[in-house]
Amino acid sequence: MIELFGIFLLSLMVITAIAIVQTRHLFAAVILTGVFSLLIATNFFLLDAADVALTEAAIGAGISTVLFLSALALTDEHERSSSANKYVALAVVAVTSLILIYATFDKPRFGDPSAPVHQHVAPWFIENTSSQIGIPNMVTAVLGSFRGYDTLGEVFVVYTAGIGVLFLFGSRRTRQNGEPTKSGLDPSEGLRHYLIPRIVGRLLIPFIILFGLYVQFHGEYGPGGGFQAGAIIAAGIILYALLEGEKQALRVLPDRILTGLMAGGALLFGVVGIFGILAGGNFLDYSVLFDNPMTGQQIGILLIEAGVGMTVTGVLLKIFHAFAAREHI
Amino acid sequence: MTDWGPHLPALQVILPMLAAPLIIALQRHRLAWVAATITSFCSFAIAVALTRGVLDGQQYGYLMGSWPAPYGIELQVDAFSAIMLLIITSASSLALLGARDSLDVDIENHRQPLFYSAWLLVLAGLCGMTVAADAFNIFVFMEISSLASYILISGGSDRRALPAVFNYLIMGTLGATFYLIGIGLIYLMTGTLNLADMEQRIHEVSDLKPILVAAGFITIGLALKAAVFPLHGWLPGAYTFAPHAVTVFLAACSTKVALYLLLRFDFFVFQPNLSGHDIQFTYFLMPLAVLAIIIGSLVALFEQNLKRLLAYSSIAQIGYILLGASLVSSAGLTASIVHFFNHALAKGALFLAISCLAIRCGGTLINDINGAARTMPWTFSALVVGGLSLIGMPGTAGFISKWYLISAALEHGGIGIALTAVILVSSLMAVVYIWRIVEAAYFREREIATAAPQEAPLLLLSVTWTAALLNIYFGLMPELPVTLSMSASELLLEHMP
Amino acid sequence: MELLGLFHYWVFAILLMIGLYAVIAKRNLIKKLIGLSIFQASVFLLYITMGKVEGGTAPIIQTGSAEQLFSNPLPQVLILTAIVVGISTMSLGLGIVVRIKEEYDSIEEDEIQEANKQ
Repeated sequence: MIELFGIFLLSLMVITAIAIVQTRHLFAAVILTGVFSLLIATNFFLLDAADVALTEAAIGAGISTVLFLSALALTDEHERSSSANKYVALAVVAVTSLILIYATFDKPRFGDPSAPVHQHVAPWFIENTSSQIGIPNMVTAVLGSFRGYDTLGEVFVVYTAGIGVLFLFGSRRTRQNGEPTKSGLDPSEGLRHYLIPRIVGRLLIPFIILFGLYVQFHGEYGPGGGFQAGAIIAAGIILYALLEGEKQALRVLPDRILTGLMAGGALLFGVVGIFGILAGGNFLDYSVLFDNPMTGQQIGILLIEAGVGMTVTGVLLKIFHAFAAREHI
Repeated sequence: MTDWGPHLPALQVILPMLAAPLIIALQRHRLAWVAATITSFCSFAIAVALTRGVLDGQQYGYLMGSWPAPYGIELQVDAFSAIMLLIITSASSLALLGARDSLDVDIENHRQPLFYSAWLLVLAGLCGMTVAADAFNIFVFMEISSLASYILISGGSDRRALPAVFNYLIMGTLGATFYLIGIGLIYLMTGTLNLADMEQRIHEVSDLKPILVAAGFITIGLALKAAVFPLHGWLPGAYTFAPHAVTVFLAACSTKVALYLLLRFDFFVFQPNLSGHDIQFTYFLMPLAVLAIIIGSLVALFEQNLKRLLAYSSIAQIGYILLGASLVSSAGLTASIVHFFNHALAKGALFLAISCLAIRCGGTLINDINGAARTMPWTFSALVVGGLSLIGMPGTAGFISKWYLISAALEHGGIGIALTAVILVSSLMAVVYIWRIVEAAYFREREIATAAPQEAPLLLLSVTWTAALLNIYFGLMPELPVTLSMSASELLLEHMP
Repeated sequence: MELLGLFHYWVFAILLMIGLYAVIAKRNLIKKLIGLSIFQASVFLLYITMGKVEGGTAPIIQTGSAEQLFSNPLPQVLILTAIVVGISTMSLGLGIVVRIKEEYDSIEEDEIQEANKQ
């Protein structure tokens, strides 16, 4: 049964991807990309990757769609020119696919528990999560501690994207408040005059933020953690900004606080790592932070996940506001 | 009191990384510049300390979070990484020092703290890739350095910087994703991400098809990042339209880190395990290297924009590095690694001189500098020193690498003589394109309508001359790069069957 | 299960091709970015597929139940990282596209090249 469902989802994904490339209406392409993300997230869930599914749904289907739509509002909604170098592209694609099909021979069977991928490093993680760290969610254990350095790098990738967008949009032309845009709607007013979205939204937003906080602090026990939580909280506040207007959203969470979150989260992560050195261990060694190494690991993961959540929330909101404040030519 | 010595490999990465978010808190642009420059010099000091340790025969390994390898992430510094760290940190420090005067033209004051923050992230990313001993960790730091360098390049004042950087973003992301596919296939077959562990475990599955395909994907992904001919399309635009200080930094080290990874992966992981891989490696890379050398130099001959001219010359120089490596011999690899160092010196000096004259002459077209040498003698004499080093004149650093390269090629009989001919012909072409600059600056008349340019600002000029003098110093006393390169090439060849 | 495994791998290859085709052939900059995100998503699928263990569950220890078979947590961690890297690249790319639109009043590659020639 689950096999049938899997095949159905995968086929739908291929069809959606073809539709995305075919359509010349960029708005449709963006919405279909959101659908594509939801489909792939469902598929991840079927493959036992709950954390990844949650992240893909929040980031791929949620935040990414909002960003693409804000970019469309500032550019064009239609693709004008036809495809170029079709034959070059087809040749490259054909060669790549032949090589990939060649690689299918000799590949271990799907789901085979004795495949090399499940033999060497993975069992060590599964055993040591409970004995060394003592939390149920192994993904969080690997992400936060065993491979915490990758996660630190990842937080800095997010931070880099944040300062990148601020840097790009820092030059000239930012809409003064109150100036009308092409659509005639003043986005700083939001959807204030539309009753139904406002009431539904008001009901939803507190739950979204509450859910975000739950995902943040429950990441050690169930699927969740800083990335997912950051994306969910940011999505809640973006919804608020869409309904009540950006000005109001910035009044609730001022720009300075967002900058602080963005830089502070990344710093918090780094400082926890440095404390590991000061306490006599290596960088990012949380065991030495407390007398009981297991407590140290748990507190360490809690702190760095908080750092991750802060940076992700800060950066995503900063980027959203930067796009929203850009004037349409 | 904590002893920081053993933590140096980690500090090399985390110092610039953690300084980056602190810098945006500094509202004043000059303060941000000071902080970034100090941070960069501190990481240079760390690189020097690591190099001294390596020269004393010390082994640096670092376990992140104290988790044992291959389960946790490991960092490693050996002779090869030490020479890369020296190149990266010194290029960043000198370029930053000179950036004060040239950046004020390109970037508004209020955007400068963001810019310097991104600069330190490029530095951290490049250092992170160099010291990483874990395949996936390399990907993460590759993305930090790439994203941050897109930001730096987009700071160029010409609007053509934007399409150039978009193109770079697309090509860079394709390259990184190809690399990721390759890592995925290797992980699928071996169950590990640690490079040393991979070398051991890949042995059992070495000739299975996914591994061969993975080798292909990793090579192509890294070659895209390294602008190996014919995947160099993104490079000329990105170098030409980036702010001048950024071109100095990136031209000196960013493609070289990708080449470094290419060599490391190939010699540590694939050469020992795939049968006949050395021959394939030679047959694959040597023609590309020769084509890169010839075509890069040819295009440079006819280019009107000085920065683009030097960018094409870089493509040819990447060809020299690959040519040395494709010989798969101790002498060839030594030549190739010495050239990492010397090319960084020569190009660094040249691009610094270009940023001097760009400030004063109002452009980087060859016609903009007509007759400018008369009023800017110091700038142009530094440019000539850098140019001689690029050509390979005895007494400059460039000569050392050409010498090693030719002697390595001559070990290979008939084909060696052909390769030597290629090297000599392209050096002659370098003489011609450097001469075009010299001729314009020294022997052409300035159009009367424009005022004669002044000498460049003192700080930038002294940085330029420091780089020029380093070219001469390492031309006369090449012990440091040669010793490091020899032990690096030994390290690489140790893994050969 | 065998069929599903092969099917996953094919879909990975097909999605990769669709994405790569869009990146190379499309001239619209936003379309290129969308193609890039499909291309990256296909790689996510490759990793998550290889982490699946037949009869396994999500790698979260449940109290009270003995001896469980877990799917491999490591590819999931790697892909969490890759997803975040992907959105970061995308937002930077979109920022650049918006700036290109402001400077060139176009997001079509051929029109931008035309404008650069003049």
